[in-house]
Amino acid sequence: MLSSYHVQIIILSGINVIMAASLNLITGYTGQLSIGHAAFMSIGAYASGLATLLLGFPFYLSLFIGALVASAFGVLLGLPTLKLKGDYLAIVTLGFCEIVRIVILNMDITGGAVGLRGLPKETDLLTVVVCVIITLLVLTRILHSRVGHALIAIREDETAAEGMGINTTYYKVIAFGVGAFFAGLGGGLFSHFFRYIHPNSFDFMRSIEQLCMVVLGGLGNLWGSVVGAVALTAIPELLRASADYRQLFYGALLIIMMRVRPEGLLGTRSEGFGIKSKFFRYSGWKKKGEA
Amino acid sequence: MLSQQLVNGIVLGSTYALIALGYTMVYGIIELINFAHGEIYMFGAFVAMLLVTIYKVPFLLSLLVAMALSSLLGVTIEFLAYRPLRRAPRLAALISAIGASIFLQNLALFIMGPRPYNFPSPFERRVFNLEIFAISQIELYILLISFFLMLGLHFLIMKTKLGKAMRATAQDKDTAALMGINIDKVISATFLIGSAFGAASGVMIGVYFRSVSPTMGLMPGLKGFVAAVLGGIGNIPGAMLGGLLLGVAETMGAAYLSSQYRDAVAFAILIVVLILKPSGLLGKMVQDKV
Repeated sequence: MLSSYHVQIIILSGINVIMAASLNLITGYTGQLSIGHAAFMSIGAYASGLATLLLGFPFYLSLFIGALVASAFGVLLGLPTLKLKGDYLAIVTLGFCEIVRIVILNMDITGGAVGLRGLPKETDLLTVVVCVIITLLVLTRILHSRVGHALIAIREDETAAEGMGINTTYYKVIAFGVGAFFAGLGGGLFSHFFRYIHPNSFDFMRSIEQLCMVVLGGLGNLWGSVVGAVALTAIPELLRASADYRQLFYGALLIIMMRVRPEGLLGTRSEGFGIKSKFFRYSGWKKKGEA
Repeated sequence: MLSQQLVNGIVLGSTYALIALGYTMVYGIIELINFAHGEIYMFGAFVAMLLVTIYKVPFLLSLLVAMALSSLLGVTIEFLAYRPLRRAPRLAALISAIGASIFLQNLALFIMGPRPYNFPSPFERRVFNLEIFAISQIELYILLISFFLMLGLHFLIMKTKLGKAMRATAQDKDTAALMGINIDKVISATFLIGSAFGAASGVMIGVYFRSVSPTMGLMPGLKGFVAAVLGGIGNIPGAMLGGLLLGVAETMGAAYLSSQYRDAVAFAILIVVLILKPSGLLGKMVQDKV
């Protein structure tokens, strides 16, 4: 019915849906630009891989452990740095991604520059589909809860949100913790699918790729992330575009989307992503509630 | 040994300072991290390398040509990717900047291929051996060129009409515009100067390490930004200080701790600075307005 090639594309799309949806929680809904999401994927992939290889844990337990470890790093990174605003935070997430890559590259237990090999192939179509459904379900529930409303309030106007009694740092840490958890889950699925992982598989470009999926689908729209992830995984595969073209395309895509349709394919226009700039005052265009 | 590492660090740091100046000037005026700055650095290095190897142009002349062409590239990027987004949410401009960076880097990979190119050094391999440290001719050139560029920038900002306009725009755009300053021109001039500095840094690093490649801008670009943040973003003397400190810290870290973690040093410094003093060493704390 389905050839193994098609199954592989579907599995990859599923993993990317998980990655894009979890990044959307952080960047799209909470308005905190993260350009180091691959770091959490990397941590999840290595933690679950090592749990399987060294500790002999069953697959599902390893997946859960990978996600949990990634989440712990998300909170750890979140606690001190989330007081930072917009662009600073973006750079710190980038720096974090680089540090994670360099540290894993130089550690013995992770296989260093050789990579981690010999993982059992456990990830199958059913597991991925179930994980995608769980991810989307949990994220939807969070977004429709009190927490979700707080996150969106932070995106719209952080100062106002704080004025309304929202503990912004607390909620931003939650966004990072949950986002990192599912990114770790995606990483675990990734490592048990390819059976081999290398620190350089989770570099800056992968983070950008995930950001592209979120931006294409729509910042702050969960279904947009599904569409964006599937489109950016399946279309290049089906067109057999080479990797060089693909990244060139990603760069152009980001610029063009921001100019033509910054809300993405499915998104709705938001009043503001993140922080006010002096420019908004200069242009004479005022945001709601800005004096 | 220590003094030698210090000299190496200062040479490296002065190139970081040049990159950091581009970031800090742009950030001071439009509050945007110009992610494509690292690619301008790479573009400048390529232009100079091609001029020197193919057309046998003298080094200093090709440096100037590279700076001029890179300025044009910087202004073009601003015009195409940033200017249409001035009234858009801030995140949109930042994503567009990342897009510009990725696009240029991959365009270079596409045209030039992933293989690094050799940049033949126009300098003799002369090393001046002083009592406490040795410095090669090229290192001396890097220090001198950086010094004069920074001196020139200081003069431009403090003594000329354009510099006055830039300072006014950085302080308050509305009032500057009311005083008859053409904001668009000031922004273009900022990108022009910043890009020229970034390109100068790229050319010098290219000739120092004798290698030019499409991805060479990524790491120095990030480190230049770290240097700008370290000194206090938007602050011009801060960028110079931050660049030098970062260069020295990195060289010391590589020499005395572990060379494998060389690149991690910069990011560790960044995270520590942002936690302890987000406004940087020389920056002023800005209160968030409602």
